[in-house]
Amino acid sequence: MKKQIGLMSAAVLMVAALTAGAKTEQVRLTNNTPKGDFEIFSWWAGDEGPALEALVDVFNEKYPQVHLINATVTGGSGVNAKAVLKTRILGGDPPDSFQVHAGQELIGTWVTAERMLDLTPLYKHEGWLDVFPKDLIKYLSTDQGIWSVPVNIHRSNVFWYVPANLKKWNIAVPSTWDEFLKIAPALQAKGIVPLSVAQTWTVNQLWECVALGVLGPDDYDALWAGDLSWTDPKVVKVWDTFGKILKYTNRDAASLSWQQATDMVVKGQAAFNLMGDWAAGYMSTTLGLKPGTDYGWSASPDTKGVFVFLADSFGCPKGIKNPDATIAWLKTCGSKEGSDTFNPLKGSISPRKDSDLSLYNDYSKSAAKDYRSDRIVGSLTHGVVANEGFMNDFSTVMEMFLNSRDPEQAVNACQAIAIQNRLGK
Amino acid sequence: MKEQQRTTLLSLLIVLPSIILVGVFIYGFIGNTLYISLTDWGHGSAGLALHPEKHFVGLDNYKQIFTGFVYGRFRQDLVNAVFYSLFLVVGSLFFGFLFAVLLDRKIKGEGFFRTLFLYPMALAFIVTGTIWRWLLAPSGGLNILPTFIGLPAIKFLWTSSKVTVLQFNWQNLPRIFFIIVAVVSAVMLVRTLHGERQKKKIVKHSIIFGVSIIYIWILHPILPPILPFKEMHGYNLGTLGISIASVWQYSGYTMALYLAGLRGLPETIRESAQLDGANEFIYYWKIAIPNMRPITMSAVIVVAHISLKLFDLIYAMAGADNANTGHPSINMYLTTFRANNFAVGAAISVVLFVLAALFIVPYLIDNYRTRRAG
Repeated sequence: MKKQIGLMSAAVLMVAALTAGAKTEQVRLTNNTPKGDFEIFSWWAGDEGPALEALVDVFNEKYPQVHLINATVTGGSGVNAKAVLKTRILGGDPPDSFQVHAGQELIGTWVTAERMLDLTPLYKHEGWLDVFPKDLIKYLSTDQGIWSVPVNIHRSNVFWYVPANLKKWNIAVPSTWDEFLKIAPALQAKGIVPLSVAQTWTVNQLWECVALGVLGPDDYDALWAGDLSWTDPKVVKVWDTFGKILKYTNRDAASLSWQQATDMVVKGQAAFNLMGDWAAGYMSTTLGLKPGTDYGWSASPDTKGVFVFLADSFGCPKGIKNPDATIAWLKTCGSKEGSDTFNPLKGSISPRKDSDLSLYNDYSKSAAKDYRSDRIVGSLTHGVVANEGFMNDFSTVMEMFLNSRDPEQAVNACQAIAIQNRLGK
Repeated sequence: MKEQQRTTLLSLLIVLPSIILVGVFIYGFIGNTLYISLTDWGHGSAGLALHPEKHFVGLDNYKQIFTGFVYGRFRQDLVNAVFYSLFLVVGSLFFGFLFAVLLDRKIKGEGFFRTLFLYPMALAFIVTGTIWRWLLAPSGGLNILPTFIGLPAIKFLWTSSKVTVLQFNWQNLPRIFFIIVAVVSAVMLVRTLHGERQKKKIVKHSIIFGVSIIYIWILHPILPPILPFKEMHGYNLGTLGISIASVWQYSGYTMALYLAGLRGLPETIRESAQLDGANEFIYYWKIAIPNMRPITMSAVIVVAHISLKLFDLIYAMAGADNANTGHPSINMYLTTFRANNFAVGAAISVVLFVLAALFIVPYLIDNYRTRRAG
């Protein structure tokens, strides 16, 4: 009853909704004007700094009485930030809102630890249940609630190439891994690396795209939900195919950063590179290449019509000092204005279905089109489908496989770490 | 008497704060880590809850990391740690001594060279690591050096090679250990028999030799294997680049120690050695090195425990996920702060702590004995 009044009134009303029985605590929407100190915690620095600053500007304009403190810990994918965040929260000093990969990376770590507030009332009030795709919301939620507000969407299953080079070598972009394996030996004989990869996480990313290609989206989802066993012959086939593909990758992978692997394609040393679509930002902005002509892209083999997403998001931790400002911040993050200010600069697309595409570059326009029509599944490497324990151990299994190339051993190890980390539970 | 009591009380009061601080922040936390390693904190998913549930599980975590299927990486890390330590200690002692001997020739610009050799030690590992990562990049730095004189470039992957040599089955580890013990005790036995023929020593070495032989031939085949499955480990060539960087960094330090030692030897010894017909080599080998045993001892202790703290060097040069160059300390960090498995992380740090103690405790005992004897 109380909840409905809160939603109906134009002003943001307080919804003190403690779901009966369950321990889940929901955010409280009030009509107080947000003010005072407010701290956000992120790993957006360097190239991504300007995008965050633009979003902060939007926020400051709307809520001038809030003094926003931007705490940033540098390091790609939050390698350092996550450890700092953990010590802060364990030490009883949570930031008012923090950046986190949407999905299990948040849920498996902070939601199961009962450190987060359920954002369902906010989603209902802002109408986000309709503007965000259903597939996306599914990954942000458990049956207890919705846990974070996505700010951006990146795609991880993208094949990058240079059209002129492919023409020169007389090959087409492979639409299946079989096709790839057919054209690869000839390329390798010419001294060209068929597929460039870099350090372990990029190899994990390749693995998830191969898994999606071999299993198809339904079985791929079933794997993460714990409904498909890792020792199933289909999964053995994934590792088997993956092993064949690895034969056509560069041997110095472990010493390269992802940019160096992308460089190999740009310089004509490699034919293809599988990388998330931040590579578009790198090639357009840093290398000054023109999307479509200087570099081209397609969905990775066997994954046409499927969009592997990852998203950065913000949530509302329990026990914070300035909850009103946190709600205001989350509203800005999920708003059309905030989203369309942040994403063109970040090189990502808006999670909203109604974003203004004229603000985006050619690559992003094409990605946004796919995002609205494709089946959406989550990325393993970027924290959507598995908890941090599994992700960490999976890297170890991957290293093991890179040395042994033994699919049977890999699936057994995966099954062991899935049980140990309670994957899908 | 009263005066003396007052001084005792006063001195106690002065030391008290540091005793309390050391007690809490060092021994207290060592104890706490030990306790955490005996619980299941982080095994479930709610490890980061406000009041996480911890249950006492005894030595289960230790059993897991030494025999569990998914902890094969930890065992390889231990093997790597042994090689990292071996390379760093032997390498820095050798090059340190070499540089010290060269500088001891009273050459021109000695001060300049001394600073040059000592300078790397003033750098942080993270800086050294970054520089060496560039130097050892697969298609740059050292590898393209030969191309300047028309030779083909080197193809070796200094930090990402996946080649493993000296492979052994982890199940055979105790056997390998006892073979080494048997060989060492046999050598000692022969030396004692040829030398002073002390009865006590002969008996001691014979017993050690006998026990190892019994283990190798009889006990090992009978006892259950320490791992239920075959698991190969060995020396990863990918660690070579990191070992080179660490030796580069610490040779200057041992050089400084040895140089001070060489300068401390009276000039008369050298002169009398020369009068007796000893050449330079014999002087250093038979006279200088034995005289500097205490210096070698302390250099080994210092460098050996540094070799257990290579975390930042490996992190900067090879990254945390490169299992071939792994080290227990990196594994501990990942297990604790990335996988949220606090109990297993604590168990790994306790293992590291014991390893460090292995180096330091014998030194302390030796020191204590010498002091009592003196």
